[in-house]
Amino acid sequence: MTRYELTRSVLVRRLLTSRWPQLGVQLLLLSGLILVILAGLLGSPVGNRNFAIVMVWIAWWGALMLVAVPLFGRLWCSVCPLPLPGEWLQRGAVLGPRGRGLGLQRRWPRIFRSLWLQNGAFVFVALFSLPVLTQPRLTAVLLAGLVLLAIAVSLVYERRAFCRYLCPVGGFIGLYAQAAPVEVRVRDADLCASHKIKTCYTGSAAGYGCPWQVYPGSLATNTYCGTCMECLRTCPHDNVVVNLRPAGADLSVGRGRGLDEAFKVFLLLGSGLAYAAVLLGPWSAPRAAAAAVGSTSWLVYAAGFLLFVVVLVPGLLALAVRLGLHLSRARSSVTHALRALSPAFVPLGLAAWMAFSLSFVLANLSYVPPVLSDPLNLGWNTLGTAAMAWSPYGAGLFPWLPIAVLSAGLAWTSRRAREIAGELGGGVRLALPVWIVAFVLTIGLLWTLVG
Amino acid sequence: MDPRRLTGETAARATVGLLVLGLPLVVFGSRLFSPTVTLHARVSEGGGWMPDVLRARVGEALELRLIADDVVHGFAVGQSASPAVDLPPGQTIRTTLTFAEPGTYTFYCTRWCGPNHWRMRGVIEVSGEPLPTALSEPALYAALGIDLDAVRPTPAIPTGRPSAARGAGLAESVPESFLTDSAYVSRSPSEAFLALQADPATGAFDDSQVWDLVAWIWSTHTTKETIAAGAALYAQNCAACHGETGAGDGVMAGTISAATMDDPSSTEPLRPADLADPARLLSASPALLHGKITRGGMGTGMPYWGPIFTDEQIWALVDYLWTFQFEESQ
Repeated sequence: MTRYELTRSVLVRRLLTSRWPQLGVQLLLLSGLILVILAGLLGSPVGNRNFAIVMVWIAWWGALMLVAVPLFGRLWCSVCPLPLPGEWLQRGAVLGPRGRGLGLQRRWPRIFRSLWLQNGAFVFVALFSLPVLTQPRLTAVLLAGLVLLAIAVSLVYERRAFCRYLCPVGGFIGLYAQAAPVEVRVRDADLCASHKIKTCYTGSAAGYGCPWQVYPGSLATNTYCGTCMECLRTCPHDNVVVNLRPAGADLSVGRGRGLDEAFKVFLLLGSGLAYAAVLLGPWSAPRAAAAAVGSTSWLVYAAGFLLFVVVLVPGLLALAVRLGLHLSRARSSVTHALRALSPAFVPLGLAAWMAFSLSFVLANLSYVPPVLSDPLNLGWNTLGTAAMAWSPYGAGLFPWLPIAVLSAGLAWTSRRAREIAGELGGGVRLALPVWIVAFVLTIGLLWTLVG
Repeated sequence: MDPRRLTGETAARATVGLLVLGLPLVVFGSRLFSPTVTLHARVSEGGGWMPDVLRARVGEALELRLIADDVVHGFAVGQSASPAVDLPPGQTIRTTLTFAEPGTYTFYCTRWCGPNHWRMRGVIEVSGEPLPTALSEPALYAALGIDLDAVRPTPAIPTGRPSAARGAGLAESVPESFLTDSAYVSRSPSEAFLALQADPATGAFDDSQVWDLVAWIWSTHTTKETIAAGAALYAQNCAACHGETGAGDGVMAGTISAATMDDPSSTEPLRPADLADPARLLSASPALLHGKITRGGMGTGMPYWGPIFTDEQIWALVDYLWTFQFEESQ
């Protein structure tokens, strides 16, 4: 597949390898995070007037889901402020390698070297998401808690163990970053193979060994690459590059997909549907139950949510694959076929989350100017927009935009499923049940989002 | 170590330190040392005004930062000319109050925020020279010795709606003693009716004519302006319970139950007074109505309006209440 090497430009390479531009953005976002935590704790308890709620769950989420992830993959992870304090303490430096850091530098326990913890963290946060999304204090506590957890993990374990194995958003971004048209890869894998010291993994005076514990020489998908640019800094041969590529190139990569990764695909797809139904659907009972954390109705909701995202959606797909294998008589185990077919569901999952996000981000974007004008609810009007009234944006785009996004996702997923079914030797007969499940899930999404 | 990098590292660390420590310090510091008082408004069940006691000094500006934490509230200070401020949920509204006289002022919610809206009150204790007089004048009803809660005798009731305009035609016969302020204030219309019947000058008129005379006497103590002012106050403060026509059927009437009052075990619904009922209103003197509004209903859900309305406002309301019984003079 054709690639365009962005780092061929000296300016781009310098911009990416210099630490200052990245640090500048990181410091800006860290200030924003501190302000979010302070505003969440001290500001108005009314969510749509609180800087924390509006900037995190509307502005940041919208920018992440609708722009950053689909277009730039894991770009957010390269500037995310959550792990920075921990990383700086671990390294004993802010700007670049110097001296020793504070951490114990232990290796992450082998048993947890998968996405299972991250899958669990995502589901755990999801169960409490409605109060967190609406109550500024909970948002502040959650974010401060993640910063503290990241510090603790960084002080005990090496590199970015928190980002790689625990961050509930990181796994999410990593999965859908596969669909992005940007990648960090090596230009010549043979050159890497012949490079004895592997400074990209061990680090050098110019930069740190890959914080994400990835060896760039064998990097095949964006899933685990945090685009931190350290390998661009440490490679003595300038063999690491940033490419523009056809969107979703990673989805053709068959090798190295574990069951944890496949499960993440189905978990996030199911969660997208569940979120859309609970938060935006026409039913008030599940929404009320999701808000009443600790009550009996919430327990029922939590059990239902778990059943749907952990058992029902993955189970439905496993059944479809089993049926497809039976019909096509392809020689493959259900687990193997599920793992192989999982990347096909990345576009539909991404489309589901984008359609869901479009539905509430545009409607609520007008809450942003007032909180920017008075971020701490002190009665300021720095931008003159403190009293700006709520008005939904892009009303004319609905319902057509979510329909278009979901249709595109379904078409892409169906095509990829057909290709992978072919590679598995199952052809249309294997793809057919998978198509039906994808279609049913899309109809479910349309039903909840568009009505 | 490259000295240039060290300089860069030092600069970067300094910036990080400044952000991580400085930002919270500035935010906490500005809150701690700001003279502005933050006043949160929540429905009564959620805490009402927080704090509900404010302190100020005569002549010194009291800067307030008002935030409604749940629904739309309004903020106003009783017996003051400054207009009420609306508080949309979550939006911070700043306002400044200055008091010329020391004393205790009542601030209250001006928006129907919930069934216990009327409980949303707080006080501003204003200290300074001149010292407030130790004893203020007693309320009119107390001065007149009226028992606001006494059971009133069944009044005489007109068969039709008395008309001040019709009464004006017979007005010449009304003795002067019926027209004084003190007579008007202390007599109920029913009592005035009976007194007119017993008076030789007006005793010859039939019942409906005497009632027209009562309506006319009442009209001489009200003006179009006070009635209009009373109507506006009634619409904003009273109609939600007492109803637009005074029939006690306002939109909030059903929400007032004894359980929300002092006896939490009772669930018996309380009905606001039916001001359109002649038996109730015609047995009440202007001073009694003035007293009921001033003191409130003592646990019935009828608010204590004394510290909120000025005396003129309460009289304007009383003037307006008579329009539920009498046809206004043209």
